Amino acid sequence: MSEYAIEAAGLRRTYRSRTGWLRPQRREVEAVRGVDLTVGNGELFGLLGPNGAGKTTTIKLLNTLLIPTAGTARICGHDVVTETREVRRRIGYVFGGDRGLYERLSARDNLRYFAELYGVPGREQKRRIAELLELVRLDGRENERVEGYSRGMRQRLHIARGLLHRPKVLFLDEPSIGVDPVAARELRQTVADLAATGTTVLLTTHYMAEADELCDRIAVIASGTIQALGTPAELRRHADGRQVLEVEAYGVTDAQLATIHTLPGVREASVTVAGAAQVLTVQSDAGVDVQADVLRALDGVRLGRVSARQPTLEDAYVAIVNRVAAPSRPLEAVTA
Amino acid sequence: MKLLRMIGVGALLHTKQLSRSPFEIATALIVPVVQATLAVYLFRAGGEPGRLLEAAVGAGLMGVWSSVLFGSGGAIQNQRWQGTLEMIMLAPRPPALMILPITLATAVTGTYAMLATLLWGRLLYGVPLDFAHPLLFLLAVPGCVLGLGMFGLLLAATFVLMRNANALTNTLEYPIWLVSGMLVPLTVLPGWTGPIAAALPTTWGARAVHEAASGGPVWPSLGICLAISLGCLITGALMMTYVERRARAAATLALA
Ligand SMILES: Nc1ncnc2c1ncn2[C@@H]1O[C@H](COP(=O)(O)OP(=O)(O)OP(=O)(O)O)[C@@H](O)[C@H]1O
Ligand SMILES: [Mg+2]
Repeated sequence: MSEYAIEAAGLRRTYRSRTGWLRPQRREVEAVRGVDLTVGNGELFGLLGPNGAGKTTTIKLLNTLLIPTAGTARICGHDVVTETREVRRRIGYVFGGDRGLYERLSARDNLRYFAELYGVPGREQKRRIAELLELVRLDGRENERVEGYSRGMRQRLHIARGLLHRPKVLFLDEPSIGVDPVAARELRQTVADLAATGTTVLLTTHYMAEADELCDRIAVIASGTIQALGTPAELRRHADGRQVLEVEAYGVTDAQLATIHTLPGVREASVTVAGAAQVLTVQSDAGVDVQADVLRALDGVRLGRVSARQPTLEDAYVAIVNRVAAPSRPLEAVTA
Repeated sequence: MKLLRMIGVGALLHTKQLSRSPFEIATALIVPVVQATLAVYLFRAGGEPGRLLEAAVGAGLMGVWSSVLFGSGGAIQNQRWQGTLEMIMLAPRPPALMILPITLATAVTGTYAMLATLLWGRLLYGVPLDFAHPLLFLLAVPGCVLGLGMFGLLLAATFVLMRNANALTNTLEYPIWLVSGMLVPLTVLPGWTGPIAAALPTTWGARAVHEAASGGPVWPSLGICLAISLGCLITGALMMTYVERRARAAATLALA
């Protein structure tokens, strides 16, 4: 058995697409541009990054759904291009979203079908399916058609399907999307349990707390390359020497945000919307007190709570991602 | 054994999924009545009322063929739209085995059209259901369905390889009805269609079913139908392996 569950070396993937019909234009998107990573057996590895960073593409390169443009990848020592079937035997794949199920079949029939396809032995199927339905809390509704399921229920069915054949390596691409907080907590517990019993998990998520809680190591990917890799504690150090100011506000303008960016000592500034209010988050050098300057820049805006805190993984993530912000999207080349 | 079970369960569940589609249900309610009517009037006009059963069976066969042509031809595209193509391709098996249950299911769904056409023919027009070999008929129909399902795999593979396959689907529906002699006897067709007909599994399947209905040696036709279909299955399987690899290179498994 191989030392590593997942190994990728120099992995690249370019999408070529043609748009237009009368005057066809070739478009090339370099989605993944040289990814190297190794994930140990039983490790829980997180892949974080902004939209379009190349996370899904990386996962599909590893799980045989895409052939790399360059580079190699191995799962449990088997090459994803030349030993596809050996790889597929060992992997499970769960993606976020409500498609990918047979709408007019029940949850049980969906699982039965994929159990056959993924080679779960006949006499085990019934027990395994019942076990999984219970795990994802769909027991009691398993005979209803999927078309009547809520988004979160479909997501949970996806998860059950991914686990049917007890994969050694599990790829979870935003598995908690649309799942309610209680179910999300249960899902995290399930994932942690799987990793504890030796399943290797590669997880992507946009929820920093989820990644922080679960992952042994995290890679932050942006523009198709890995920008930082380490344990959550190591990543947090990217925000070392900084402090964070959070201001609840109502009606911050873009111009004001731009002004705040230019204040001495300010490293990052961003606004997120939380209900009716906005939350302005300002990262600054720890030695500089920017609070007075920031509040002055917000002159005329109705303010709520103002608080200072230590940086979290999310702040570190923002710092890493903004460092490469220059071309925030992968380079797109348009040639006629 | 395990393999047969997988194909069986797969075909069964796909039949379930297909037969619950509102479009399928509407088609299934209307088309057989129309086909029974057409068949009966065509033959009444032709002054051959004795061959009403043959006509109804022929109309039913057309229903099976339409279902296979549209269902199998569009099988891969359909799975892609549902987002299930990636999930079935992830199974550790040859890609053809993941698609075969679907094409078989389209043939099975089509059988319903055959039964319904016969039933409507009987109820509305009093077509006598006196089969020459009732038992063989019950065997020839599933045999023909199996053959068409295997042929469907070849269609499925061919159609993803060709752009604008949709246009092709529509143009194939009627010619193959005709050339295979589902409705009119092959003897009335121009001579050059002969070799084409002989190469199509639909011809032999239709012949076996007709022979079972109105008399003739069923076995040889059925045998030839299954043999040709097996050839189609093997060709289709090889093509499907190529199609899968190409799709992974071109990123067309997912709807992006
Ligand atoms: N099939 C495709 N054809 C062309 N371009 C694609 C295709 N799939 C993805 N891309 C492009 O590749 C880049 C990376 O996409 P990818 O889906 O890997 O991002 P991601 O990190 O998973 O993003 P998200 O967080 O939104 O899921 C994007 O610019 C995207 O537009
Ligand atoms: Mg993604």
